[in-house]
Amino acid sequence: MTREGSDGLVVDAEVRRGSFTLAVSLAAAAGQVLGLLGPNGAGKSTLLSAVAGLTPVSAGRIMLAGQVMDDADAGTFVEASGRPVGFVFQNYRLFPHLTVADNVAFSPRARGLGRRAARSAASHWLDRLALADLAHRKPGELSGGQAQRVALARALAGEPALLLLDEPLSALDAGTRLDMQAELKRHLADFTGPCLLVTHDPLEALVLADRLVVLESGRIVQEGTPAQIARQPATDYVARLVGLNLYAGHADGSQVKLTGGGAFVVPDHGQHGDVLVAVRPSAVVVSDQQPQLSSARNAWPAKITGLTLLADRVRLDLDGQPPALVDVTPAAVAELALDPGRQVWLSVKATDLEVYAPGER
Amino acid sequence: MTLPAPSHLTARERARRAARGGAPRSVPAPLLAPALIAVAFLVLPLVGLIIRAPWGHMGAALSGSDATQALVLSLWTSTVTTAISLVIGVPLAWVLARTSFPGQRLLRALVTLPLVLPPVVGGVALLLAFGRTGFIGRYLNSWFGITIPFTPIAVVMAETFVAMPFLIIAVEGALRSADQGFEEAAATLGAKRMTVFLRVTVPMIAPSLGAGAVLCWARALGEFGATITFAGSFPGQTETMPIAVYYALENDPSAAIALSLVLLLVSVVVLVCLRDRWLRGGSVT
Repeated sequence: MTREGSDGLVVDAEVRRGSFTLAVSLAAAAGQVLGLLGPNGAGKSTLLSAVAGLTPVSAGRIMLAGQVMDDADAGTFVEASGRPVGFVFQNYRLFPHLTVADNVAFSPRARGLGRRAARSAASHWLDRLALADLAHRKPGELSGGQAQRVALARALAGEPALLLLDEPLSALDAGTRLDMQAELKRHLADFTGPCLLVTHDPLEALVLADRLVVLESGRIVQEGTPAQIARQPATDYVARLVGLNLYAGHADGSQVKLTGGGAFVVPDHGQHGDVLVAVRPSAVVVSDQQPQLSSARNAWPAKITGLTLLADRVRLDLDGQPPALVDVTPAAVAELALDPGRQVWLSVKATDLEVYAPGER
Repeated sequence: MTLPAPSHLTARERARRAARGGAPRSVPAPLLAPALIAVAFLVLPLVGLIIRAPWGHMGAALSGSDATQALVLSLWTSTVTTAISLVIGVPLAWVLARTSFPGQRLLRALVTLPLVLPPVVGGVALLLAFGRTGFIGRYLNSWFGITIPFTPIAVVMAETFVAMPFLIIAVEGALRSADQGFEEAAATLGAKRMTVFLRVTVPMIAPSLGAGAVLCWARALGEFGATITFAGSFPGQTETMPIAVYYALENDPSAAIALSLVLLLVSVVVLVCLRDRWLRGGSVT
């Protein structure tokens, strides 16, 4: 797929590093926050590094606002220092020997402003991110949240046309993270260029990103809005992230034969061929004997292999045809005497099954 | 089951082991005796120096020789040597640490060779290259009328030859272990390579750079073999402190001791400057 006309970022490239190959084709429009979601080693950071010019692409090209940044075939390459990019690194990489003000003034100064102009550009961003009081501190004297804001201010102070955020909140503790997430969302809304946000936290991705790209082993496995991805995950990884049971199977009208064994009755929308079926863990009902079924329900026996206490419910790990994750209340665990090894019956309404075609990838 | 006889543990030792971890602190006898011999060997000569020092008439002992001249010469040549080493050695350290090219290992070996080469050999080599009939010195002499040997310039060259590698390996090690993430960050902020080097790399390795410079300076100050071979020992011209001490020992031992004490004092100051790196048991680079 080519999206040459875009005024944003267009990446259609391969990056090879040893035996690892990242091959992606994606675009981010101006003003859009594109979330890159994926497990460790999926190539998310490699992609950012290629876009920033820290790693050249091995094939294909990267365009920003219609200009070639990197083109392996033509041999064109804009050095990292020449790209209008703001990069917020995972551990911020604030210069430890410079004050907060000098860190923020670094980019304006490096991009050619005089000392005084750079300082006033920096103070603008320090004010904007409520950092003015910290201007004379060294990075070592900052809290995690403050360091995160300084890193963002430093990246924005260079007036970049593109913003790259590599797990910007992952170094923060849980409490600070939620505050910073809200604050980051405001600043991202003010940013007019495209933004790539790498994360492996699904909540962060759902809250901050306008669109999501899911990377696994160097390939894009799913692309769409956060809502689409949360409802119809394309892979086990995504399903686990958004907390759904996911089954691959073969549909024939209202019957779906599951690849891993077992079968479901689903609402008949005339599906035929390979499909994915997603089920919320809370939609599955556990009972100690075979339930009396209407035709629109599915029931199957399963054995409990694990119990985990989540905030206000208990997640059961069950082995059966098919296996499933099921959420029940702690009261239900006590009432039904649910123990590992216990044989139970699972049932789920056909209307609680989300059936969709797997992506072409 | 038979247990070994219990030993006595004082309250103080109990507290120490509880606070710092379990192992007994006492040293096994087979380690203690050699360790004490080593300490005696290293410390006794310095004690001798201090006992025999002409404390009463230190000023006279120093002024009675060419001490002041020698000290001034030593201080300025060592300082110039360190400055030159910083200007040309740091870039070389960067090249060795951050680039790769064929023959780099050989180059690194050549650069660090003066660390293990007997300084006298270095002096002979310098003489063969830059001496009046040396393969470079010959042309310096006939084309420009420049003669290097037996001048203060020769002193600086001899000291640089011997001392610069100390700075180079200290800085190269620091550059290798420095987190290059900061340099990447600087590049994404629009900094060109020289800006990155001056505003990020150099400040980040400043502690190692400082330690390397002090080490280089101290080594230059103590340089004897290469200097006396290549530069000779003309008082006021090329007679540095170590050379002055050596000659004074023959005809004016109390002056030699006084001069030695001055050098000892300088060394102690250097050690204090380096204490963070050495005395806390860390590594040099």
